[in-house]
Amino acid sequence: MSNDYKAIVRDGLWDSNIVFSQSLALCPLLAVTGTATNGLGMGLATTLVLVLSGLVVALFRDITSPEVRIPVFVLIIATIVTLVDMSMNAWLHDLHKVLGLFIPLIVTNCAILGRAESFASKNSPLPAMTDGLMTGLGFTLALVVLGACREVLGSGTLFANAALLLGNSFSFMELVLIPDYRGFLLAILPPGGFLMLGFLLAGKRLLDRQLAIRQQAAQQAGAAAGTA
Amino acid sequence: MTTVAKPLYRKRVGYQAALLGGFATLAAALLIVGNDSTHEAIAERQAEDLLASLAQVIPDKLHDNDLLANAIRVDGSDGRPLTIYRAMKDQHITGFAWRTAAQGYAGAIDLLLGIDASGQLLGVRVLAHAETPGLGDKIEVEKSTWITGFNGRSLRNTPDTEWHVKKDGGRFDQFSGATITPRGVVKAVHEGLVFFRAHRDELAVMNEADS
Repeated sequence: MSNDYKAIVRDGLWDSNIVFSQSLALCPLLAVTGTATNGLGMGLATTLVLVLSGLVVALFRDITSPEVRIPVFVLIIATIVTLVDMSMNAWLHDLHKVLGLFIPLIVTNCAILGRAESFASKNSPLPAMTDGLMTGLGFTLALVVLGACREVLGSGTLFANAALLLGNSFSFMELVLIPDYRGFLLAILPPGGFLMLGFLLAGKRLLDRQLAIRQQAAQQAGAAAGTA
Repeated sequence: MTTVAKPLYRKRVGYQAALLGGFATLAAALLIVGNDSTHEAIAERQAEDLLASLAQVIPDKLHDNDLLANAIRVDGSDGRPLTIYRAMKDQHITGFAWRTAAQGYAGAIDLLLGIDASGQLLGVRVLAHAETPGLGDKIEVEKSTWITGFNGRSLRNTPDTEWHVKKDGGRFDQFSGATITPRGVVKAVHEGLVFFRAHRDELAVMNEADS
């Protein structure tokens, strides 16, 4: 069982990362990643929705018939997103002012329906929630990395307005990396998001290939040692 | 789906319909509960937001009333109802504020205008916009002092012909690389002042609720 969870963690965070490996959920990704802080907020909200929808879908997996499963999943996800939206507006209002526009977009995030369909509907609640959490964290990782790259290039800051998102004790995260920076507009605009995403995808492939080569070399060395 | 054989009744249309209907009912019930428990808090937060924006265009020392309570609704210049927030001190009306929209480069720019009783601008602030970051967003007070250039302007000290950006022969600066945005804002502020000049008497009428 512990191996299963290890696989879930690996898949969600890296091997099948929703953005870097599957290239899903690009609409919210490119829309919010003008800054790392916005990416972080959107990622955390999406993670919450993924965990909750994983739980609910897994709970009802035995009574949901295959013929109507898609509308049922859509209904569940839309309800959860709306509830998250209303609760944030009421109790985390400052954060909602920053992210409010993007929360309803979570419904359009195909990754959530994808996880419900391909994982949560076939597994019990605990693994389903773990999968939701890990997929969400993998998505958050992608959002923060992309947001950070675009923010540093575009505005010369990192985690601007983080205190608004996480509270005043996190104001130390707000860095001005390049003082008096005039800004590089392309990085903040949507085309810059696409370009940056392309570089990150290429970077991930390069890294994966390096790792594979190293592993192969190690295996060969081990095999050679074994026969000798 | 698991490969375990499903009972036959699940293949029936009735079961599918009941399942979907059941989930829809459940979702509706949850949303009603959710809305019920949050709508008061949300309304409060929105009122706070509105007061915070109003405070930027109507200085505290100008009023001792609740701006939200002394609002009136009139027909705006475009025929749509317009809510005018009125500042009062010692039973006299000292200022007005209302929301208006300018046509920017990327859609509407939501503005809040504050005017004192003599028709002089107390302040203009941008509430929401979708202008290009780094170019058109200098209309935000956090990014540039440009918007404070409206403070103290009135139709008396700035004639109608000078309510344009400098490029069009007027009195107001444009931004390098973005002329459409400031042009739209200047036009909307001017229209606001013209609207105020035409309706001033109507706006200054005190209701019974105001006393």
